[in-house]
Amino acid sequence: MHPASSVIIFTTFSGLGFGLLFWLGIGAITPTGLMALIWFAIAYLAAVGGLLASTFHLGRPERAIKAFSQWQTSWLSREGICAVATLLIMAAYGAGLVFFDTVLAPLGWLGAAGALATVFTTAMIYAQLKTVPRWRHWSTPALFLALSVGGGALLGGQVTEALVLLGLAAALQVYTWVTGDTRLARSGTDMASATGLGHIGTVRAFEPPHTGTNYLMREFIHVVGRKHAQRLRIIAVALAFVLPIIFLLVPFSHIWGALALVSHIAGVLVLRWLFFAQAEHVVGLYYGKR
Amino acid sequence: MTQLPASTAKKLGLVIDLDTCVGCHACVISCKGWNTENYGAPLSDQNAYGADPSGTFLNRVHSYEVQPEVGTAQLIHFPKSCLHCEDAPCVTVCPTGASYKRVEDGIVLVNEADCIGCSLCAWACPYGARELDAKAGVMKKCTLCVDRIYNENLPEEDRVPACVRTCPSGARHFGDLGDVDSDVSQLVAARGGFDLMPEQGTKPVNKYLPPRPKDVMPEYDVLAPFLEPVATDGKGFAHWLDKALSALPGGAK
Repeated sequence: MHPASSVIIFTTFSGLGFGLLFWLGIGAITPTGLMALIWFAIAYLAAVGGLLASTFHLGRPERAIKAFSQWQTSWLSREGICAVATLLIMAAYGAGLVFFDTVLAPLGWLGAAGALATVFTTAMIYAQLKTVPRWRHWSTPALFLALSVGGGALLGGQVTEALVLLGLAAALQVYTWVTGDTRLARSGTDMASATGLGHIGTVRAFEPPHTGTNYLMREFIHVVGRKHAQRLRIIAVALAFVLPIIFLLVPFSHIWGALALVSHIAGVLVLRWLFFAQAEHVVGLYYGKR
Repeated sequence: MTQLPASTAKKLGLVIDLDTCVGCHACVISCKGWNTENYGAPLSDQNAYGADPSGTFLNRVHSYEVQPEVGTAQLIHFPKSCLHCEDAPCVTVCPTGASYKRVEDGIVLVNEADCIGCSLCAWACPYGARELDAKAGVMKKCTLCVDRIYNENLPEEDRVPACVRTCPSGARHFGDLGDVDSDVSQLVAARGGFDLMPEQGTKPVNKYLPPRPKDVMPEYDVLAPFLEPVATDGKGFAHWLDKALSALPGGAK
């Protein structure tokens, strides 16, 4: 899959923003007044900024409002509804903290559940796709949730929780790589089933439909970055998990905390790039590629 | 509505004969012509006369080489367009309701006025049947020439999809695959028509007919068996040279 920067930025930063909203919602941090304003501004900047970035992926972004209508079947529609509902609920909860020094706990809990639902529905957009066997697995939403809540804990200064969740996310990430690398081969979809010609012999793509490239090849067949995939995996794990955990384990100071956060965000950006760049769409089989 | 109908009155679709397709791409051109000049946003091209041309097509012809265990390889031309699946995954993922499957005839269509160009339907399609038009920013796909097949302004013989009408080798057939007595259904039954990627669970309406087995030419020359074409036990200088070269490091045995 083509690793579009709009979608990488969207999933990374809105994941982080909704992760922080989760911790704010459950009352792990209950700032008031100006401090509350700053906390909520950070969370909304990440969450809304990410959502705005995702609209750059659209061909006709001016019609984006229509995307809230098909929640009965579409995970993308569900995600839009969850995101907007969560942002509205948490805005009311945040207003209570900022202007009235009041903790509206039930509203916060509802917002926290909404934040988790938003991240889950985002992940399901990918996990639902039978056409990308690497993504179609329970570990996709599990990893998205662990990264979001773990990143949110890091951003929200929840040191113990961040340590546990980053460790869990790292384990899930390694698990998705180990099992995901062979999932296309195990999916049963290959050039023989794509063409239905396997009963005659070995199928080889002889000539593509056109001498040039096309939308399908640009969108679904991304092989350029795979050359460095193994090195990028090591870099990503070091940045997203290993360094932040080390920085959190040294005696706490805000410098180490900030470094842990910056390193984690850089690592998750690399992870998301790999998430797309390494994902093989079955349509590539028609082109003899994957 | 992105909820799929439980059943459709008809299952209009194509039957593509891989035995007779000659790979001329006439269906590709007629499809692009009709669907650029008629319904919906035109199928745009980018840099059409430059070094890196690219464009939107609703029908593309691949060519595959298939190598049997014995015998020579076969070249098979393989036209591919939307299969108008019964369980169309492209429809259910659509967030806006732009994608839908018609109850009356099973055709999968995009309402371009509602499409936001999110590409998710193209992601969900295993066949590469949907392409986002780079100029219009909306998703384009085969309409089964819905503006031809019911068009009473056209002569009756033209009321079939443009690709079917133009195919010079009769490799494309159009009809109701939900009716077991229709010509296309009988053709599929007689020739062993098959689904593409059945394991994806999309239940495609379009069917493909497999290439017929190649016949074997009988030996008609009565003297041929007596004529050994290659000497396996050479004599003289050539034999010595063969052995000497083979004895060199890396020489062929």
